[in-house]
Amino acid sequence: MYEILDKKELAPLVKEFLISCPEIARKAQPGQFVVVRIDERGERIPLTIADYNRDKGTIAIVVQEAGKSTYRLGELNSGDRILDVIGPLGIPTRVENRGTVACVGGGVGIPPVYPVARGFRQVGNKIVSIIGARTKELVIWEERITSVSDELHITTDDGSYGLKGFVSDELKRLIGEGKKLGLVFAVGPTLMMRAVSEVTRPYKLRTVVSLNPIMVDATGMCGACRVNVGGKTKFVCVDGPDFDAHQVDFDQLLSRQRIYLQEEKKALQSYDLLHRHGKLK
Amino acid sequence: MKISPQRVEMARQEPKVRIKNFNEVALGYTEEQAQEEAERCLQCKKAPCTKACPVEIDIPGFIARIVNKDYQGAIRQIKEANLLPAMCGRVCPQEGLCEKACTLSKKFEPVAIGRLERFVADWEFRKGNPERSTLPPYTGKRVAVIGSGPAGLACAGDLARFGYKVTIFEALHKPGGVLVYGIPEFRLPKAIVEQEVNYIKSLGVEVKTGYVIGKIYTLDELFSQGYSAIFIGIGAGLPKFMGITGENLNGVYSANEFLTRTNLMKAYLFPEYDTPIKIGRRVAVVGGGNVAMDASRTALRLGAAKVFNIYRRSRQEMPARVEEVQNAQDEGVELKFLTNPIRILGNKEGWTTAIECIRMELGEPDESGRCRPVPVKGSEYTIEVDVVVMAIGAGANPLLPSATPDLKLNKWGYIVADETTGKTSKEGVWAGGDIVSGSATVISAMACGRSSAKAIHQYLMERSKRSKMRVS
Repeated sequence: MYEILDKKELAPLVKEFLISCPEIARKAQPGQFVVVRIDERGERIPLTIADYNRDKGTIAIVVQEAGKSTYRLGELNSGDRILDVIGPLGIPTRVENRGTVACVGGGVGIPPVYPVARGFRQVGNKIVSIIGARTKELVIWEERITSVSDELHITTDDGSYGLKGFVSDELKRLIGEGKKLGLVFAVGPTLMMRAVSEVTRPYKLRTVVSLNPIMVDATGMCGACRVNVGGKTKFVCVDGPDFDAHQVDFDQLLSRQRIYLQEEKKALQSYDLLHRHGKLK
Repeated sequence: MKISPQRVEMARQEPKVRIKNFNEVALGYTEEQAQEEAERCLQCKKAPCTKACPVEIDIPGFIARIVNKDYQGAIRQIKEANLLPAMCGRVCPQEGLCEKACTLSKKFEPVAIGRLERFVADWEFRKGNPERSTLPPYTGKRVAVIGSGPAGLACAGDLARFGYKVTIFEALHKPGGVLVYGIPEFRLPKAIVEQEVNYIKSLGVEVKTGYVIGKIYTLDELFSQGYSAIFIGIGAGLPKFMGITGENLNGVYSANEFLTRTNLMKAYLFPEYDTPIKIGRRVAVVGGGNVAMDASRTALRLGAAKVFNIYRRSRQEMPARVEEVQNAQDEGVELKFLTNPIRILGNKEGWTTAIECIRMELGEPDESGRCRPVPVKGSEYTIEVDVVVMAIGAGANPLLPSATPDLKLNKWGYIVADETTGKTSKEGVWAGGDIVSGSATVISAMACGRSSAKAIHQYLMERSKRSKMRVS
């Protein structure tokens, strides 16, 4: 059992948890993830480690409530315990000196960018961060991203904060203005990562994306997370989650992320029903 | 006394009933049935059955105790060699091992050794409070076991009985390995696995779940934490695909995923349990082993209207147990022999719509001794399906080996280990089960776990002798 030490509501439906798991915190590297299982009936939910503190023995995860499992997670509070936190999983982001690195985060993909940007900065890179979301209140972790960035650009789809547009638009503008970038690292919704990838492709600018497919065991055993990268099937849980964006078959990934839409809807409906009848706490 | 040529039948759920539930199919012997079957044993002095048993259970010995109604004695006898009798009684391929060697089998049906083993194991659990073997004094040494499947459990149990403090590290959230994620509830109830794991725990073995060794700790870190030896029994947990077009379409599963969702995550109880599974209307399961039978029968129980089992050779070459093939057939699985998939077809949205196959004929025997299947030109045809399960075997999962560069692997990625002891190229590390041999059986994995336990014991005793000599 792993205790939730702190919970913050970052935005509507977006929650941050600080969890005590000293062994994982000691080992975590930028780009890695954990699998969380709330209780006996819970799914195994893969979540990127958004921050870790080796001394305090904590990791931070940020969750957007989208389906039954994430709603259930979102209902937990400080002091509650999570049945399983398993990790750190996945290959850490390859942190190297590339001069200037653009760190691009969209929505709940912003927090996972933080440890990666911090890592790149520690080895001497200049960090240009571009973060964005649908609307102002969904732009989260701005302060923390600022703390590890040399330059920060913010976008919102509706223009309520920062520049109006997508993070990929801002990246395109910066490159167009002649900004010299050695690497682009992007995390966020799959459509956003695809857009970023298309922006950098003509420039042959090395672009790394952190993929988030459906997983079950997350140790390479089931193959649920398989994705086509450069014509080869890769398992994101053990071969990734980071991949060369220009090699990723985003259409297949998008399609595979939709496998359980019907089931997720059904689960959420029956869960809502229980809620309404007061059968849950 | 005249010996009955036939063994005593074991009650089973009727096919029509059982395909609607996940409860155990085979219901086990009653005491009277066990008595009657036990009396068929000739009590051969040479005990060919025991010699054929990978863990060398004294089979005539435990059967004689059943005849005398000394069930406690019978289970004690079995547990000297096998700490997981309720499981082995259910899933061990006895027809190819002890029962094949049974003297009776020359003329009659062999003694139903597996059913008798199951009977006494279940008898003890029903009685409650299983008798624990007496443990020697603690040697002061700790051993780490990676993986809680049959190899790891057997190894840990024996090491505990040699006086070691054992910690099992299991990557998943439940102990049992393939026994919990792979083998379905209707063949091996998870409550049985839990009971047998609890028995191993009662010997002082600690089980840490959710520890992915290679990620959270390397083997060297385990040594520096004070473990004196390590046994690796991580199984062959890498799903194989055929490499044909369409395998990444929605609705195509590896058997590992299909079974893990159902067994470990209990997707058959969705949405009461959170993990979903696609319930196919028409399902194709590719492969001819026990896993393929498990997946086919699982698909039926989940609610598929039609399940095809596609196998490229003929019935004789099927690696699955005859009993399991029969079970699948009785339940309505359509077996398509001499058929091989060549691609999976899908719609624009990325969903599986059909599987295209080609008919095969058997040619000359290949290196495995089985006839090589050869495609029949122009015999392609498609079967309309919405779910496909690939059950064509598993490979070596590279997660732990890749974090352990000094562990020697063969060209397929399996760990190179001494055939009798399981000793690896890395000092203080043993390995056994599917990660060494490739996919095999529960009982052979257990046998490896046991022989490695013995070798680890010898190694640690010699080491402490040497260090004592150095001190004096």
